[in-house]
Amino acid sequence: MFSVEQSCWFIRKVICWRAAASVAWAVLLLPPSIAVFVIISRVSLLHPIQWISECVSLLTSATAIFSFILLCGVVLIVGFLNLEYYTVIPSIACSKIALLGQLLHPRQFVSSLVHCILGVIVAWCCAVTIGGRYQTLGYPCTQADGSPQLCLNEYQVILLLAGAFVGYCHSVLGVIHNMNYVSFHTVQQYKYLRFKGSLPLVVKCSAIQALYSVRNYLVVYFFLGYVPRTWICKTLNLQLNSSLHPLDTIAGLLDFSLLYHLWISGTFLLFTWYITLLLFRIFVTEVYSFPVQSSFTEDVHQCLPKVLTGQQPAILKFLALHDLALLSQHSPSRRSEVFSLSQPGGHPHNWNAISQECLSLLADLTQRLVAHHDTVATNGRAKSLSTGSDKKSLSSESSVTSGTEDVMTPRPSVLIKTPASVFLRSSVGSPLTVPFTPDLDSPFSSPALRRLAGPVEQCSPWHGTVQSPHIMRRGPKLWSTSTDSQANSLPSSPAPVPSPTPAASKPSLLAQFLQNRKEQVLQSDCCPEPELLDQIRLLIDSLPEASSQALFADTQSHIWALEGLSYLVKASFSEDQFGVVQTTLPSILSSMLVLQEAVDRHFKLPHASSKPVRSTSSMEDSSYKTLRFALRATLKTAIYRITTTFGEHLNAVQMSAEHQKRLQQFLEYKE
Amino acid sequence: MIIYHYQVLYFPRESLKPHSRTESSSKAAFLDHCETLWMRSAAAWRDAGLTGLLNEIANSSAEVPKWLSVSSGCVLALLQRISSFHGSLFPHLTLSSEDMIAEFSQVLKWSDCAVRAFAWHPHTDKFAVALLDDSIKIYNPKSATAPTLKHRLQRSVAAVQWKPLCASALAVACQNCLLVWHVDPCSLSTRPSSGCAQVLSHPGHSPVTSIAWSPSGSFLVSASPMDTNMMVWDVAAESCVPLQRVGGGGVTFLSWSPDGSHVLASTPAALFRVWETRMWTCERWPCLKGRCQSGCWSPDGSRLLFTVQGETVIYALTFTDTPGIPSNTKGPKAAAVVADLSETTFNTPGGDIVVGGEIQSLAWDPRGERLAVLLKGDPQARDRPAMIAVFKTRTSPIFELLPCGFVQGEPGTEPRLMQFHPNFQHGALLTVCWSNGRITHVPFYFLSAGMARHGLGGSPPQPRPEERPADYINQTLYTELTT
Repeated sequence: MFSVEQSCWFIRKVICWRAAASVAWAVLLLPPSIAVFVIISRVSLLHPIQWISECVSLLTSATAIFSFILLCGVVLIVGFLNLEYYTVIPSIACSKIALLGQLLHPRQFVSSLVHCILGVIVAWCCAVTIGGRYQTLGYPCTQADGSPQLCLNEYQVILLLAGAFVGYCHSVLGVIHNMNYVSFHTVQQYKYLRFKGSLPLVVKCSAIQALYSVRNYLVVYFFLGYVPRTWICKTLNLQLNSSLHPLDTIAGLLDFSLLYHLWISGTFLLFTWYITLLLFRIFVTEVYSFPVQSSFTEDVHQCLPKVLTGQQPAILKFLALHDLALLSQHSPSRRSEVFSLSQPGGHPHNWNAISQECLSLLADLTQRLVAHHDTVATNGRAKSLSTGSDKKSLSSESSVTSGTEDVMTPRPSVLIKTPASVFLRSSVGSPLTVPFTPDLDSPFSSPALRRLAGPVEQCSPWHGTVQSPHIMRRGPKLWSTSTDSQANSLPSSPAPVPSPTPAASKPSLLAQFLQNRKEQVLQSDCCPEPELLDQIRLLIDSLPEASSQALFADTQSHIWALEGLSYLVKASFSEDQFGVVQTTLPSILSSMLVLQEAVDRHFKLPHASSKPVRSTSSMEDSSYKTLRFALRATLKTAIYRITTTFGEHLNAVQMSAEHQKRLQQFLEYKE
Repeated sequence: MIIYHYQVLYFPRESLKPHSRTESSSKAAFLDHCETLWMRSAAAWRDAGLTGLLNEIANSSAEVPKWLSVSSGCVLALLQRISSFHGSLFPHLTLSSEDMIAEFSQVLKWSDCAVRAFAWHPHTDKFAVALLDDSIKIYNPKSATAPTLKHRLQRSVAAVQWKPLCASALAVACQNCLLVWHVDPCSLSTRPSSGCAQVLSHPGHSPVTSIAWSPSGSFLVSASPMDTNMMVWDVAAESCVPLQRVGGGGVTFLSWSPDGSHVLASTPAALFRVWETRMWTCERWPCLKGRCQSGCWSPDGSRLLFTVQGETVIYALTFTDTPGIPSNTKGPKAAAVVADLSETTFNTPGGDIVVGGEIQSLAWDPRGERLAVLLKGDPQARDRPAMIAVFKTRTSPIFELLPCGFVQGEPGTEPRLMQFHPNFQHGALLTVCWSNGRITHVPFYFLSAGMARHGLGGSPPQPRPEERPADYINQTLYTELTT
């Protein structure tokens, strides 16, 4: 499972240690939470002294220590699962059937199974801690004929099964609510303060979630409780005590103390897991400060420009962009390193690498938005992008200006004529153009552009060509302006839909099968059974909100790129001694304006809601649902930041007339 | 020839009707409807929470078992005891929302003031005015339309502020929530629909008495005296991060330093905090006498001037750590007194006037050269009116503060609210809202040291005689000047 990521120094040296630290803290927090659990579970207000003394003696007993060790193991495994399953780009199911596919994914199945087992273990610990009638699975009893026998203690069975059920619910809800999504906070706080701030929320969420889970569990147990009971009786050769009420009756379940203990145990279970998850999120998303440049060659691969442009896990890219956004905002000394020139040669390698990567990210997003808009515009509704993948429009190729072709880097011959080089990236494996089975692990940017963005290819002639009015004149339309290097130039005609490779992403056979079925159904529109078709359509039609969310799933990186670029450009007004930023200013502005146009168009789509939905307070991190609104606001602020800083000087920047006009709107504060 | 058309506005107090509605006032107008106890309890729970539910049960003793009504009455009494104890710790908690806003607002006598809040746009010449009738009007010299913003939740507006680096967003601190209006500057509509407003609310965070946008436009912080949390909002995502510090019992006034590195947050108790915005940690500043009433930052964010309720002096704090570099060097250890505004008698042709005393609010012009101080005066004494005192200031090489003059209104009016224009080219422009509902602009023409050095924007205007206490109000509708 680890083999791909093992090679990356960052995962080995930073992420693993962070995960280990979070698990260590979770283990350290176990004794107090066990103590609280014991006190609450044995609560008896009428005998306070007896209550306290019982609790103290229990906490020092061997059972408590043994269950503590067991719980430590549980927390370790939960922490490992967190590390294994976390993602910074949420996988958003665009239709109900895709969600089903995710739920039945083998990887998910493993996770659910492990959570079930862990749930049973925690519930057993709870049972022995609560003691009393929950203590043992079997107890001696006398049957009707008077012979002594071992009987089944149904109270413990119901508690253990509740643990399994809550664990399973936790894992399933984790998929539905993208619980494995790790979001980055915009407000920086120290880890302790962040933890302290979220602790009440965790307690509340685990209590509420446990309440719902236990309610559902009781319904299930009421109808199906006899199945596990008889199975356990058979396998362990235990008897049912006929003199006692069975618990899967209304009278048996209406035992207030039993309900209370079920709920408390469920809360305890979820609390320990949520705490582990919370600590993991806090530790993993902590800011990591990358050096901008290093004087030692062996450290060069850890420097910000290299990290930004390299092939890497998404978390590294996100942390690097986050660091870029922060340094551009807060740190003049590190900014000066970004603006500096290389010692022999005098090339602004740092700035070039950083700006190219940011611009290619923005171009990528623009491309994605244009493609989405075109699919929606042609079909009338947001079909899954993958269905129309093969209609690579030739018209777009014809509209390519010759100028863009002749400066393109050599590419495989099939693709070389396609102007939308960004699509190459998506065909390489961008997860977001494949909303059906989005890939969690593949890096979200292409090697194709990264090659361009690398510092080696960054030579000044490139900028010369970009800035020449020659090219600008060739691309008068908004969609055809060269954003940065020519490879980024966008097509002016309806863009070809990216060719996704569902098979290349998660090799889920089931998802693949469902995908195929879906395509078949969609193609057989002349099917004579419309009702049935409607039913199926309801399942497979993409949810409009979800498709919009999927489109912007990794937009946190674009937000940071925009912030980083705009703050750097703003700082360059006074700090950039060599004018390195000046050369890229036109491309930065035009790519921002193009993106602005695309975002505006996206928000005008009938499906796209214009306001964020109210997020409910739960452990689910729903910030990915509002990323597109954050992007819209950040984009506008970024453009205003540049226009406010440069003011009238921007009129001297060479740009297409359309962009000039648009920029004038910003200069007059009319956007 | 340069002519400025800053319109003088007039909102007569009589033409504005304050809203006298309260939550439960309409209830009595309807006939009592026979609902079951369950329905009534559910409604009470929804409307007023636990106390409402208990109240309902305790009041309908005829329908419920006796033990239930008695026990709920007991619980209710217990809750009241607890809340009164809590109120005795923090006396401001016993005030009603309106009184609380009036108490902690920067506006003098907020409750009967026709203009309740005022905000210049940080980059252009437009401004927003919140009126007594809970509407907000937006005036733009370049546009003939003056949009009026009304919203169901827009009540008792305590503060308005435009989002920096944005043309359209206006944050409004209301009684129960925060509203962020998006007013399209190109739109010709005079009544933007309430769909243009984002509603930001958080349980327990009301009434909102102060808001502040970060100068980079990325965050909005809001404060409520009822809530020990200070909220940092990500407005686009409508999410907030509560920053809780229990001491002080609430947050009343916020001011973000112009360089974005610090936020002043004062509390109802004799304590204020200065937050550092990189990692959101804070320094505690206990005051000796009263709460921090008002504060303002120097343009470079290195100096904070503040006033304390019950004292007649202005204090200064200096923050030397450069923003961005996390340093352990804390700020200063103690605040220094920079100005003493004790009462002084002036002989004027109209008789003696006593000036000085407690300070309502402070405003520092964006270049750091003029400081306006709104003095509370004494409403009972005729010879001690509320007045604006203006000081010349200089921040480098050393901090200097020299008396400059007074701004006085028409006879019988007093200043209620003031704000400097954020980018007046030829000096400083102080906008004052008067007690009779007039809004006037008082320009101070001077040659800025900073302007002369940078040499931006062509030849600077000729310096004019500094400042005249003469009232500009009696002049024409437009303040105009030729050079």
